[in-house]
Amino acid sequence: MTTATTYAPAAAGRRARRARRARRGRQWWIYALLLVGLVLAVAPFVWMVLGSVKPDAEVRQVPPTWWPENPTLDNYRELFQRLNFPRFFANSVIVATAVTLGNVVFCTMIGYALAKLSFPGRRTLFALVLAMLMIPTVATFVPLFVLVSNFGLANTFGGLILPFLAQPLGVFIMRQFIVGLPDELIDAARVDGAGELRILARVVAPLCGPPIATLAVITFFAQWNNFLWPLVVAQSEDKYTLPVALALYSIGQNNARFGLLMAGAVVIVIPILIIFAFLQRYVVQGIAVTGLKD
Amino acid sequence: MPVVERPAGAQAPAGRAHRSRGTRASAVRPGARGGRRQVSARTQRAVAAWLLATPFFALFLVFYAAPMLASFVMGFTDLRSTDLRHPLAVNLVGIDNYRRLASDETFRKAVVNTVLFVPVTLALTMVLALAVAVALHKGVERFRTLFRVGYYLPYVTAIVAVSVVWRVMYQHDSGVINRVLGFIGIDGPNWLESTTWSLPAIVIMTAWRGMGYQMVLFLAGLQAIPEGLYEAAEVDGASRWQRFRHVTLPMLRPTVLLGAVLGTIGLVQWFEEPFVMTRGGPLNSTLSVSMFTYNQFGFGNYSYAAAASYTIFAAMVALTAVQFRLLRSNT
Repeated sequence: MTTATTYAPAAAGRRARRARRARRGRQWWIYALLLVGLVLAVAPFVWMVLGSVKPDAEVRQVPPTWWPENPTLDNYRELFQRLNFPRFFANSVIVATAVTLGNVVFCTMIGYALAKLSFPGRRTLFALVLAMLMIPTVATFVPLFVLVSNFGLANTFGGLILPFLAQPLGVFIMRQFIVGLPDELIDAARVDGAGELRILARVVAPLCGPPIATLAVITFFAQWNNFLWPLVVAQSEDKYTLPVALALYSIGQNNARFGLLMAGAVVIVIPILIIFAFLQRYVVQGIAVTGLKD
Repeated sequence: MPVVERPAGAQAPAGRAHRSRGTRASAVRPGARGGRRQVSARTQRAVAAWLLATPFFALFLVFYAAPMLASFVMGFTDLRSTDLRHPLAVNLVGIDNYRRLASDETFRKAVVNTVLFVPVTLALTMVLALAVAVALHKGVERFRTLFRVGYYLPYVTAIVAVSVVWRVMYQHDSGVINRVLGFIGIDGPNWLESTTWSLPAIVIMTAWRGMGYQMVLFLAGLQAIPEGLYEAAEVDGASRWQRFRHVTLPMLRPTVLLGAVLGTIGLVQWFEEPFVMTRGGPLNSTLSVSMFTYNQFGFGNYSYAAAASYTIFAAMVALTAVQFRLLRSNT
């Protein structure tokens, strides 16, 4: 932070010290407000975890208790032993992992082509990719369901995975990064007689750690949290993903079992929070990159 | 990944130690049909590029482009769930579906709800996000990562899970929110069962969740503003507020545009919140167009649902165009 320059050294020293003291005083307020905001941001999650270990009677108590008086793991036991949560968890993992892997491969391929190869139709292709960002799931899910059903993919993993193997944001992330790689590296490989695919696999991809990490994390999260399409495609319980299961419980006969629902929410949220805690750098960077124009 | 070796004749033979000048001029023996070899290399590269782009492009055509077109056409037919096996054997009914939508009171309510929900939530989210971003950027020097991660946390979590938790929090008697309001003397309403308060309840929750995302965008935008501008303004005697108004805000215009466009695209499709928290009620006061579409789909009225969903798309495009117009940088 800069202070206005002055010409008299002694006065400058006094002014700087006064400004620093004022800044520190102001900073104290800002820290306090930010802390309050942080508490508000995080509080519902704390509430969620606390609620998940309360028996139903306590969750519905008036007035509500903050700290559980009779903590119990019954809600989790019910989710995993009586209700089908292990199946739902596995489904979510399978779908999210498959979509992530597919995107990493396909987006890197087309990202490289768009970034480093000049070919007829390149600009149109890139414009199409950007336009894809504007296509909402809600506008395509009805015909997509008709299409998927007629291919026999309704209520299958294929139906859950295939529509999401092409994510425009992923292409954008990879292309932006690869554009920044030095041309000399690629030219050197070309001179040595390498084909484009080999260049991609041996030269470019190994350098793409950060954007691939960002792409993988963002895609995994989006698929883990995805709701509308899995809801439409899954017709039987054995193909539900976690969000679908939780939503249907919360509107079905279990809709008043708040402790149970909170436990379900914990199962959906906590794995993501753990991954996020370790890889948040890539997520936040990825978002920031989309804001920079090239 | 399959590795394709280019035939030896198409590029510089391995024995030569050439350094290429630029991407186009691969080493070509001067004088020996140089023109043809160069074109060949370029064509090979174009072919390779399209090969690389094909998987993505194919997926795009099948799962994005085709459904978008089909959705458009479907809106002009009378396709129902009974036609699922023979989707092409349906009648064209012109703009019947759209006429029905216009006179459908439930649809109109959904549109009104969405028209209220999107700008209010977006504005609230962005104001909060800007405040936090400015505080983090200029105001504090330590713990920045902790704050950034903490504020972003709500955004990585599933809307379904968040909606479930907030539904419990919004309970009239046993909910935390009314309890906390009670501490400061406010008698909280029956949020989710009141036709006046259910939509604001969802607005608040959605702003809470979306703030982190906009905050990250703003942080990136703030970092891009050169310090020299602030110094110049300070030398000219500008106060902190004036500097904010005349340096920060104008320079943030592209960021605001990006955040507004991305935020609108997400918000206009809101679905999980009413689905989980209120089922669109009470009395359709939280019904979104997406949920209306889904309900129609559930009833088997596929073409009607497609028409409704296309209005969302049209609204999104229109809003984006308007935002570009209003917020486009003059630089």
